[in-house]
Amino acid sequence: MTFGLVFEQLLNGVQFGVMLFLMAAGLTLVFGIMNLVNLAHGSLYMVGAYLAVAATAWTGNFALGAALGLAGALLVGMVVEVVALRTLYERDHLDQVLATFGLILFFNELVAIVWGRAALYTSLPAWLQGHVELFTGSRYPVYRGLVIVVGLLVAVALWYVVTRTRIGMLVRAGASNRTMVAALGVNIRLLYTVVFGFGAALAGLAGLMAGPIYAVQPGMGELILIQVFVVIVIGGIGSIRGALVGALVVGIVDTLGRAFLKPLLGSVISPPAAEAAGPALASMLIYLLMAVVLAVRPEGLFSSRGS
Amino acid sequence: MGSRARVVFWSAAIVLLALLPPVVAALKEPFYLDLMRRVMIFAIAAISLNLILGYGGLVSFGHAAYLGIGGYAVGILAFYGVYSGWLQWPLAMGASALVALAIGAVSIRTSGIYFIMITLAFTQMLYFLGVSLEMFGGDDGMRIKTRSQFSGLVDLSDPVAFYYVVLVLMLASMYLVHRLVNSRFGMVLRAAKSNEARSRAIGFSPYLYRLAAFVIAGALCGLAGALLANHTAYITPDFMHWTRSGEIMFMVILGGIATGAGPLLGAAVLLVVESLLAGWTEHWQAILGPLLILSVIFFRRGLAGVLPGARDG
Amino acid sequence: MFHNSAKILVAGAIAALIASSPVTAQQKLKIGFITTFSGPVGVIGKHMKDSVELALDHLGRKVGGLETEMIYGDDQFKPDVGLQVAEEMMKKDQVDLVSGIIWSNVMMAVVPAVTATGRIMLGTNAGPSPLAGSQCNALFVSTSWSNDQSPEAMGKFMQDQNINDVYVLAPNYQAGKDMVAGFKRYYKGRIVEEIYTKLGQQDYQAEITQLRAKNPKAIFAFYPGGMGVQFVKQYNQAGLRSQIPLYTVFTVDETTLPALKDDAIGQWEARFWSPDLKIPASQKYVADFRKKFGYTPSYYGAQSYDGIMLIDAAVRAVKGNVKDTKGMIAAMRKADFNSIRGKYSYNVNNLPIQNFYLLKGVKGSSGEVEMQIQKTIFENHKDSYFQDCKMKW
Repeated sequence: MTFGLVFEQLLNGVQFGVMLFLMAAGLTLVFGIMNLVNLAHGSLYMVGAYLAVAATAWTGNFALGAALGLAGALLVGMVVEVVALRTLYERDHLDQVLATFGLILFFNELVAIVWGRAALYTSLPAWLQGHVELFTGSRYPVYRGLVIVVGLLVAVALWYVVTRTRIGMLVRAGASNRTMVAALGVNIRLLYTVVFGFGAALAGLAGLMAGPIYAVQPGMGELILIQVFVVIVIGGIGSIRGALVGALVVGIVDTLGRAFLKPLLGSVISPPAAEAAGPALASMLIYLLMAVVLAVRPEGLFSSRGS
Repeated sequence: MGSRARVVFWSAAIVLLALLPPVVAALKEPFYLDLMRRVMIFAIAAISLNLILGYGGLVSFGHAAYLGIGGYAVGILAFYGVYSGWLQWPLAMGASALVALAIGAVSIRTSGIYFIMITLAFTQMLYFLGVSLEMFGGDDGMRIKTRSQFSGLVDLSDPVAFYYVVLVLMLASMYLVHRLVNSRFGMVLRAAKSNEARSRAIGFSPYLYRLAAFVIAGALCGLAGALLANHTAYITPDFMHWTRSGEIMFMVILGGIATGAGPLLGAAVLLVVESLLAGWTEHWQAILGPLLILSVIFFRRGLAGVLPGARDG
Repeated sequence: MFHNSAKILVAGAIAALIASSPVTAQQKLKIGFITTFSGPVGVIGKHMKDSVELALDHLGRKVGGLETEMIYGDDQFKPDVGLQVAEEMMKKDQVDLVSGIIWSNVMMAVVPAVTATGRIMLGTNAGPSPLAGSQCNALFVSTSWSNDQSPEAMGKFMQDQNINDVYVLAPNYQAGKDMVAGFKRYYKGRIVEEIYTKLGQQDYQAEITQLRAKNPKAIFAFYPGGMGVQFVKQYNQAGLRSQIPLYTVFTVDETTLPALKDDAIGQWEARFWSPDLKIPASQKYVADFRKKFGYTPSYYGAQSYDGIMLIDAAVRAVKGNVKDTKGMIAAMRKADFNSIRGKYSYNVNNLPIQNFYLLKGVKGSSGEVEMQIQKTIFENHKDSYFQDCKMKW
C-alpha cells in the first residue's frame, strides 16, 4: 500500500464525494427551506443525464449538449414543483414520501417509453478522453479531474450565493423561519419554485456529468439517491456546509472501504474470513457511519435548525 | 352512524373474507385465493406499521427489515431441518422483536426526517447482510422445501387451510392493535404523537412507550415475514429492499393512517391495482405513479376515510 | 421458412387426427412466458418477447399446429412476484406449460411450483447449478445453459493461451461467485486478486486503481447489464484497454452494445451463440428479427426463439395431445428441430450439450461494433453438475 495508491484512492473518493455533493446540495436546500422530503431528486438527476445525452446527439457538441441538459433539468424541476409538489408543502413527511415515490415511478417509465429501457450510448469529446500521470505508473482520467474541479467550483459559487447575496439571505432566512420570511412580504411561492428549480439543475448537473462514466438508463437515479440521503442526514438537513462535508466523508469512506477494508481485515482476521466479510462490510460502511453519527448527534453534524 | 356502521362494516368484511374460498372454488378461480392471501399477509405487515406510524407518529422507512427477519427465521430453521411452526413462528417474532429493540433504541432518539433515514439505513445494512449470507443463497435467496408444520393440526400446503390461518392471524393482529391503542399504553403513545412536550410535562417520558410499540410492531411484522416465506416458499434479501418498506408504508397511507381497516384496504388496493395494471401494460408504473400522487393530493384521509364504519378498529 | 402449403398440410393432418381418433387432442395451446418487462433490466424482457413473437410468426401463429395463445408475465426481477405470476398463469389462465425466466432466483422459486402441477417448465435463460445437479427435475427442460459454462469456456481459453496473473472481478452475489468458480475450474494459472464488488455498484474507479497497482496481465470480469456498461466504460477511460486485455462473460452483448459502441472494441467474451453464427436457422432468425424490430437480437432472444421452436417440435411429436407431458419431454430431449445453435443434444439433466465460442468486439462491415465469433473453445460441452443428477432416461 504505497502513498501514491492511497493518494489516488483519496482522489477517487473526493470525485465520488463531489458528485454526491451536487445531488445533496439541492436536496438539502429543498429540505431545509420548504421542509419537503423529495424522493424524486434522483429522477431529476436521471432527467439531466438523459436530456444531456439527447441534446449532445442532436447538436453534436458535448458542451452545448451539457448546457441544454442543464437548462432542461431546471425547467423540468420548476414544472414538477408547480404541477405536483406545491400542494405538498403543508403536508407531513409521509404524504411527501408517497407522492414523490409516485414521481419516481412515473419518470422511470417515462424515460423508458421515450428512450427505451436499454442503456444509452454516451461518449466524451477527444479533449476529455485522455488521462494524466500524477506520478509514475498512475493514470488519472482527465474527465474525472474535470468533475472534481466543476464540483468544487459549484461549492464555492454556492457558498458565495448563500452567504453574500440577497437571494442567499432569503434562503438562509427561509431555512430557519419560513413564516417570518413570508410575513416580511417576500413572494415565498416564487422563491420556492426558483430554489426547487435550482436544486433540480444541480441534480441535473450531477446527472449529465455522470452520463459518460455511468450507464444512462431508467432507474439510475435511485442507485445514488439513498447515498445522497445518507450524506444530508450526516451533514445535517438544510446545511450546505454539512452537505459538502457529508458528501466528502461518505465519498472517501465508501471508496477507501472498497479499496482497503479487505486487505486491512485480512491482516487482523484470517484471509478467508476477510474474503467473506470485507465486501459485505464495505457495502454497509456508510450506513454504519450514519447510524453512529445519528446516535451521537441526532440532528447531524451541521444542523441548520436549533443551532 | 358511529358504532352501528362499524358493526355492519366489520361483519360484512369478515363474512366476505370467510366466504371467499368456497366462492372461488365454485367459480374455479383459485388464483384469487392466492392473491387475497398475499394481500392479507401484507395487511398484517401494514397493521404493524400502522401501530407505530399511524398511532405513534414514528415514520419508519425500514419496516421491511422484519419481513426479512421473519422470513429468514423460517427459512434458516427449515434449512437445518426444523420444520415445526410452533418453533419457527415464535422464533421469527422473537428475532424480529430483538432486532426492533436494537434499531428502536438508537432510532427513537432522533425525530422527523432523521428518524425516517436512520430506520432506512438500518434496513439497508440488513439487506446487504442478507445478500452476503452465502450459505442461505445470498442475493439469489433460498427455496423453502417444506412449509411450516403444526403437528398435523393444519396443513399449510392446502391453500384453503393456509388462507384461513392467515385470515385468523390478520383479524387477531387487528384486534390486538385495536386493544393496544385504546389502552392506557395507547393513550400515552397517541398523546406523545400529538404533543410530545405536553406529555412530557404531565410526567410521561414517551421514549419507553415508543420503544415498546416499536418492538411490538417489529414482532408482528416478523409474523408477516414468516407467513410470506410460507406463502412464496422462498426467501430472498429482496424482502428487505427499501422499495418494499415504501410499499408497506403506502398501504398504510393509502388505506388511511391510524384507522382499523386502513392497512387491509391499502394492501388490497395497492396489490390488486398493481396486478391489474401489470397485466394490462408493461408501462404500468407510469400509471401507478400519478395514481399515487393523485391519491395523496385528493384522498387525504385514505380509503378508510370514505367507507362508513371503517375508520375505527 | 414455413410455407403456407406446409401449414395447410399440418392443419389437415391435425384435423384428420381429431376426426379419426377419440384422443382428446385440444384445439388451443396456451403458453405462459415469464420474463422481466419493468425496470432497467426490462430490455432483456423486450429481446425475449420480440423473439417469441418472431417464432410465432415463423410458425404461422400456430405452435405444433395448434391455435396458440401466449400469456406474458412480468416478474419485476423478484422471485416472489415471479411465483405469483406463475400461479396466476396456471390457475387463472390455465396455461399448458410455462416458459421463459431470466433470473436464477426466480427460476428456483418457480420450477417447483410449476412442476408440482405436472406441467413442463421450459427455461430459456436462467441456469442455476442446483437444477443441473442435485435438484434436477424431469419436467424442467432448458434451451440455455448452466450459469457457469460460459466462464468455464473463458477459463479454458485463457488457460490454453497460457495467460498468467489474472485479476478477477465480479459482483458480490451468488451468480458472481458461481461465475468465478466456473472460471477457476478450467483456468489453473495464477490469480493476482479476486474482488467482489457491491451488487448494482456504479463506480469502479477505486477497484480500477487497485487493479492497476497490481499490474496484472489480464482481467477476467462478470458484470451483467448496467454494471457492465459502467465497468467497461470506466476501464476504457482509465486507459487500460491498450495495457491489460479484458475478458468477460455476460457483460458485453447485444443488449449493452448500443450503449458501449466503440468502447467494446477489443473486448473478449465467451458464449454459445452470437448473431454472426453461420447456421441457416440462426441467420434467418437474425435477419428477420432485424427486419421486424430494427435492432440486433441477443442470446437472450435466441434462446427464447429456440424455446418456442422446441415446444413446436414436442407438440407435433405428441400430435397435439399436450397433456401427454411424458411424450412431450421425450420429444424435447431429442432436440429434433432447427435450432439457432445448430444440432445439439440433451444431457441427463435436460440441459443442452453444445458448443461454446470465443467472441471479440470488432467494427463490423456496417460500421457498427459487433461481437464476432473467433474460434470454438468447447465442442459439445457438458455442464459440471450432471453427475449429481440421478435421473435416468
